[in-house]
Order: sequence, then C-alpha cells, then structure tokens
Amino acid sequence: MKYLDALDMDYIKLNDAIRACHDNISVTNCLGQRFIGAGAREYDIQIHGVPGNALGAYLDGANIEVFDNAQDAVGDTMNAGKIVIHGNVGDTAGYAMRGGEIYVRGNAGYRTGVHMKAYQDKLPVFIIGGRAGSFLGEYQAGGIIIVLGLEETGENKSDKPIVGDFSCTGMHGGKLYLRSDRAGILFPEQVTARPASQEDMTEIEKYLREFCAAFDFDFDMIYHSFYTVVTPDNKNPYQQMYVAN
Amino acid sequence: MNPSEQRTSRTPPREGEIRIPSGCAIAAVISKSGERMSGNDIIKAMRPMRERSNGLGGGFAGYGIYPEYRDFFALHIFYDNDQIRTECEIYLRSALEIVRSETIPTRKLPAITDEPLIWRYFVTPLRSVLASMQVDENEFVARVVMRINTRFDGAYVFSSGKNMGVFKAVGYPEDIGVFYRLEEYQAYSWTAHGRYPTNTPGWWGGAHPFALLDRTVVHNGEISSYDANRRFIEMFGYRCTLQTDTEVIAYIADYLIRKQGLTLKETASVIAAPFWSAIERKPETERRELKYLRTVFSGLLITGPFSIILGFTGGLMALNDRLKLRSMVTGEKKDRVYIASEEAAIRAMEPDAENIYAPAGGEPVIITVQKGAF
Repeated sequence: MKYLDALDMDYIKLNDAIRACHDNISVTNCLGQRFIGAGAREYDIQIHGVPGNALGAYLDGANIEVFDNAQDAVGDTMNAGKIVIHGNVGDTAGYAMRGGEIYVRGNAGYRTGVHMKAYQDKLPVFIIGGRAGSFLGEYQAGGIIIVLGLEETGENKSDKPIVGDFSCTGMHGGKLYLRSDRAGILFPEQVTARPASQEDMTEIEKYLREFCAAFDFDFDMIYHSFYTVVTPDNKNPYQQMYVAN
Repeated sequence: MNPSEQRTSRTPPREGEIRIPSGCAIAAVISKSGERMSGNDIIKAMRPMRERSNGLGGGFAGYGIYPEYRDFFALHIFYDNDQIRTECEIYLRSALEIVRSETIPTRKLPAITDEPLIWRYFVTPLRSVLASMQVDENEFVARVVMRINTRFDGAYVFSSGKNMGVFKAVGYPEDIGVFYRLEEYQAYSWTAHGRYPTNTPGWWGGAHPFALLDRTVVHNGEISSYDANRRFIEMFGYRCTLQTDTEVIAYIADYLIRKQGLTLKETASVIAAPFWSAIERKPETERRELKYLRTVFSGLLITGPFSIILGFTGGLMALNDRLKLRSMVTGEKKDRVYIASEEAAIRAMEPDAENIYAPAGGEPVIITVQKGAF
C-alpha cells in the first residue's frame, strides 16, 4: 500500500499520480478532485476526504473505498469492480452501470441507478444503506438495486418513505428491493410491487453479507426484514405508450 | 427595443449576439449571529470547483459591507468609457443625491483583462422627486436602474442595494475575488458564482450575481422557460437587457417579494411549483394555497435545470428546480451555514462542517440572521 497526500493537487496531477503508482494506494486530504479511478482495472484505491464528481467512472475491475461522503456521478457506466462509500453519495450514482457493485452506507441523491443494465454474466448491484432520492432506477433495464432505509438516530430520523418520487419510471428490466412495506410510495402502472419471496432473498443474500461486512452492520437483522420487490410487468411494458412497432 | 438591436454597434459580441452551446458553480456562507467575515473564505470555496467554470465570468455578493453608508443605496456601475460616465452622472444627479462617488478599488492581475470603468455611488433619492412621483424609494431606485440599463448604452448598474454589494467580472471567480480585494470587505453573508456560459459569450455585466435593490441571484443551470418568464415580467416595468436567463430570476424575486408581498416560501412554490400530481396529494389547506400560487403566477414557473441562491438583507434562500437537475448541498458549523454546488466547496470553507444535507428538488432552504444583528 502506497500513500499520497492530495492537498492542493488538481485532478489531473492527482489522477496521474494514482495511475503511476501501480500498487494499492491510500489518498489523504482529497477535496473535490474529479475522475478518481476512472476506468481503473486493478488495485485498491482508498480515499480520505471528499472525492470529486465522476468517481470510478467506467470502473473496470479496481476497488474504491471512500471513508467520507462522495459527490455526484459515482460509478458512471462502470463495468466491473467495487465502490464502497462510508458516507452519502450525491446525485446520479451508478448511471448506466452494467457490472460490479456499489455499496453506500448512507443516503443516495436523485437519479440513482438510472438506466442500469445487465448482460450475460454482468449483473450490477447497488445497495443503499439509507434512503434514496427521486427517480431511483429510472429506465432500469437490468441489475439489482436495494434500498435498506436503515434509520440514523436523532434528527436524521424521518417518517418520509425510504425512496423519493417517480421510482422505477420507465423500468423494463432488473429488480428493485425496498426494505419497506412500500407505504406512501407510488409506482408507475407498468411495474409490479410485491413482497419478496425466499427465492428473491436468496438472490441477494451474498451481496447483503458483503454490504454488512463492509460497514459492520448486523446481517441477520437486515436480512430477516420485510422486503418489497419491484419488477416490470412483462418484456415490453411500454408497447402501448408509443406507436406500434 | 430588442436588446440585441441596441448593442449591435459593439465589438466584441455580447449576450444575445452569439450562441455558445454547452454548468456553473455556486457557493454561499452566512453567519446566523450576524458576525462579519472577510471575503477570503468564500474565495476558498470556489477553488475546488474550478472545473465547473470556464473563466468567462464569476462574481460575489456581500451583505453588511457598507455599514458607514447603511442608509444609502450603493450603486455599482460599469462604464465603457468616460463619456458615457459623464452622461450617466448628469442623469444620476438629476434624480438622486450622491453623497459619495469613487472608483471601486481593484488589483491589477494578468488573469483579469479588459476591465470597464468600475464606479460606485452612495445615493439617496431626492425627496422632491419622490414626492412628485408618489413612489417609495425602493421603487424609485429600481426605476433608475432600469432606465440606465436600457437607455444608456455603455453603462450598466450591476448592484443597487443598501449596505450590500455585487462584485463581478469576466475571469475565474477565485481571481475575481482577488481582483476586487474582497479580503478588505466584511460581510455577514457572501454568495459566489463561477460561470460556464451555456448560450452566450460572457461579458462583465453578464456575470453573476444578478441584482436589483438588495436582492441578488447566483444560478447554476439553464432556464427553459426564459422567454415565457421574460414576457410576463416585462408587463410590470422590468426590462431584461442581457438575454441571459438569470437576470429574469432577479426580477421575478423582486416582483413576487417586494411588489406582491409573497413570503420566501411562497416565492419558492411559484418558481419551483410542485407537480400537479404532488399538489393533489397535499392536505387541503396546503393544496389550496399551492393551486392558487400555480394558477395566479403560472407565467413565473421556472422550468429547466437550476440551483440558485437568493441573497437579501438579513438572509439567504437556496432552491433547486423541482426535478433537481443540478446538485446543491448545505452544511453547518456553529452559527455558520454553508451552501454550495459541491460538498468539497463547503469543506474548503469549513473542513469540519456538520449536517451535510442535499435539499430535495423544490425544497427551499431559508437562513436568516437574528433580528437586530445586521
């Protein structure tokens, strides 16, 4: 493991230094530098401080761990690897993600997992420990999104639903899991929300174990909860919305 | 008159004469106890967001900076040359008592070039003129600003409130802060903007903040409804002279708050009105109010992506468009509240900022300074 102090480094210098390292690296004093780990295939990148937008964009196998909050566009179009965020993430995390895992301990902003997709052995998984903003999984085409709604204590406690408005709009593939009875959440007509079956739960067990290990959560408590699963109604639920083809 | 027709004699091209298809950075800090801070911290906030700007505009607004002239309107004016300055000053003297006039102190920097003449005047409307026009001093000064900005080609009033001031230019915001010597001013709240012009080339007047009286707006985004908003607001004596979308937000805020007497929250419900589907789900009283506001002020709904910070005497309001198409976070530490496009900017001002929060689309965050502390 190598160490790098990012104080007063611009994003170009910092990313050049990370790429030239060819080893696992721990970055301290990170402050808003963009594109960290973009396209990275190997090694672990640990980040102390707040990384800038597009963290792990096009990630292709490397592991990124952030011990603070992350900003917008985390894991944009990532293909493989793992991103672990110990705080919150901003908007549009996991946009068009098609492989790998993103685990967020806290909350996610708007437009999380928009247009996620799966292909052959590629199955992206996005787990949010807290709540998610509106437009979660909009146009989702594949992969798994899980929102746990683990309550923080004190003033962060809230009666609001664990996801914002317009979740699953335009969904045509993949699965959304909510650790919730879906009270107060409106879904579009073209998707079905139902209680999770044992089969559904088996499918996500290993990811939840990994998530709980990463953040030291109690797996049994989280796994043995009521989950709602949302899936699109059929293969082409939007056929009637546009012209016939 | 179409502003682009007025300005055609000029080179280089200005707002509205050229389209550049293409984001921005905003930040603010306020002390709830009214403690005054130099401009240094707000300049720091802009550094980690450098990639959000492109050097074509930036600026700052500071509140509480002119306590020795707190009862006078501070006009900040750009002039193209001394001839237009002389003409404009003749007009100013006919309408206002000028208690002090001076150039705004700046520092020569290689990064800031082509500066116009930059003047400031501490003024108060002539009582006789106010009495004969039967308007209050705010309305009168607003009309003076509109008149200069539309009739005096080469003069532009970019700040016109009491005990506050806007400082803006073409360049990167961190350089503009140094250019205007903001470390020498003390304010209880600061807002800042780094510009990435999306449709127009950028000139000194087109930089943010946009201001009328003491209200200022910094804006990240692009208003799809600009022309609809402009047509509505121009019915009430406002003139959009810059063809840059943010200007209209400053006039909408002035119209709704000063002229219509709406609260800040109501103003937010007009410009970032909830969807009808969301209004339908509200409790009866709230539903009626929201319906009323959306119906009466339908022409002032702002669509398209925006995050804005509205500055005013004694406070700030941060607001996202209802779809939250731009990022914005808030943080706190002791009596300070921080707002920025990126958390990194808040951390640059206060590394130990707490309660980092991302307001939902259309959810106004209103911070006011304790009464009597400003």
